[in-house]
Amino acid sequence: MAKGVWIVAEQRDGALRKVSFELASTARKLADQLGEEVGAVLCGSGVEAMAAELAKYGVDKVYVADNAALEPYTTDAYAMAVAKIVKENDPSILLLGASAQGKDLSASLVGKLATGMATDCTDVKIADGKLCAVRPMYAGKCFGEIVIDTFPQMASLRPNVFTIVECAKAGEVVKFDAGLDAAALKTKVAEIIKEAAGKIDVAEANIIVSGGRGMKGPENYALLEELAGLLGAAVGASRAAVDAGWRPQSDQVGQTGKVVSPNLYIACGISGAIQHLAGMSSSKYIVAINKDAEAPIFARADYGIVDDLFKVVPALTQEVKKLLA
Amino acid sequence: MNIVACVKQVPDTEAQIKVKGDGSGIEEGGIKWVMNPYDEYGVEEALKLKEKFGGEVTIVTAGPARTMETIRTALAMGADKGIQIDDPALYNADAYATAEALAAAIKGVPYDIIFCGQRAIDDDSAQVGPILAELLGIPQVTFATKLEIDGTAVKATRPIEGAAMVIATSLPCVITATKGLNEPRYASLPGIMKAKKKPVDIKKAADLGVTGASKSKVAKFTPPPARPPGKILCADDTPEGKAAELAKLLREEAKVI
Repeated sequence: MAKGVWIVAEQRDGALRKVSFELASTARKLADQLGEEVGAVLCGSGVEAMAAELAKYGVDKVYVADNAALEPYTTDAYAMAVAKIVKENDPSILLLGASAQGKDLSASLVGKLATGMATDCTDVKIADGKLCAVRPMYAGKCFGEIVIDTFPQMASLRPNVFTIVECAKAGEVVKFDAGLDAAALKTKVAEIIKEAAGKIDVAEANIIVSGGRGMKGPENYALLEELAGLLGAAVGASRAAVDAGWRPQSDQVGQTGKVVSPNLYIACGISGAIQHLAGMSSSKYIVAINKDAEAPIFARADYGIVDDLFKVVPALTQEVKKLLA
Repeated sequence: MNIVACVKQVPDTEAQIKVKGDGSGIEEGGIKWVMNPYDEYGVEEALKLKEKFGGEVTIVTAGPARTMETIRTALAMGADKGIQIDDPALYNADAYATAEALAAAIKGVPYDIIFCGQRAIDDDSAQVGPILAELLGIPQVTFATKLEIDGTAVKATRPIEGAAMVIATSLPCVITATKGLNEPRYASLPGIMKAKKKPVDIKKAADLGVTGASKSKVAKFTPPPARPPGKILCADDTPEGKAAELAKLLREEAKVI
């Protein structure tokens, strides 16, 4: 009988990523309801010391695969290692982050483990002893409650949505052999191209300052970047702004870009096409700044300002400077 | 080069999605159906490879009769033939069951490379391409924004948070396409005429030796949680006054800055 709530911890460049703690805290909550243990799989090279950090957030056992071939991340090496340890231990639930790496790895694991998964969940709970995963579908135009009939019941959790709770546990380290078959490893990382230092990805940001067609041109995003810099925010963009070539594709928020749930989303000069609204409506607080009082974005906004963004945004930047001084 | 592009028919991005009263699904009436935008990048890349290396592009889809229109769209863009897996057993299939059916269909055609969209914009599951690769036992690169092929060597770029990884692998493989990979072409009028005569094979689950049995299901659909009505800030009718009011509310009421 499958038992245990497991996570796959995510680390990059020698540090656990925040989503790992969100996963650990969420797994702890589910495991307590089931009366089961929390296990974490940690892969990489020289990563054993990170196990203690996972223990702080409720992990009972950390299964560590330390292998040079697991650094940096590749789909096939990771999927092979994680599938092996999961098959050996038969957990009932397996959670990953719906990050770039987690989305890639989790879907491969679904194939290897022949099971079902709920992608990019915003809530998970236990109902009748089973996982019930709640997730936005159609980019958030509706929600689905997913149940899975096979084990492990898999879910990937949207970063930045689940609360991190400290809860010290033993975090006992269990080393395992990743069982990597060199002949079966068919992908290699040829190169990693880093973006400008300090750039925050919209998918990971607590605050997003986003601009649309109303920004009138790429040069005006400096206004948003200044405000974002003060707030520790990412700069996002609507499809119109990306299609116009003003902003990179990686910044696009919406149904054909990234679907985000930050604490605060400040939409500047974005009218609110339905495909954009779908991608950001699950933000905790939404601010809309737009000249057009009839813009659909105002129907979703907690706070709306009907005015010229080229006057409001610099004034807001000054106000934030005062607050943070 | 033998190229396969998997496509899915989805509601247009402008579609309003209404949940059925009993939560069993969505209301399909009035929806405009289109090719999943991410699949368009896959089809375009397939056509570009065909133009460069020669060969054939096969379009594969799973879905009801209406999905023939999406296959015809891809054929009108320049693909050569299609396979439509149309079986009620698969209409509400999860990612695993869908990938199983696609894999079975693809095993019947020669392939060097298989394209899928990185996700379909209806169920947003982002699973079918990777599961397909696992079932076929071939490597994969997901969320590709750039692809280079030289002989059997493949180099694909995939963005991750704050960086991009360039992945090296080899044919045959599965590539899931995302925005940035290319600019999908429109079907030309002669293309549309020609597409009508291109062959499309229609298969049932049994023809492919699959049952369509899913591992997971959507137990209930719900509308998104309602948002309480917002405030339009106008305490002082100047941009500066409104900005000051906003900063105060964000700090004291919302407590987010």
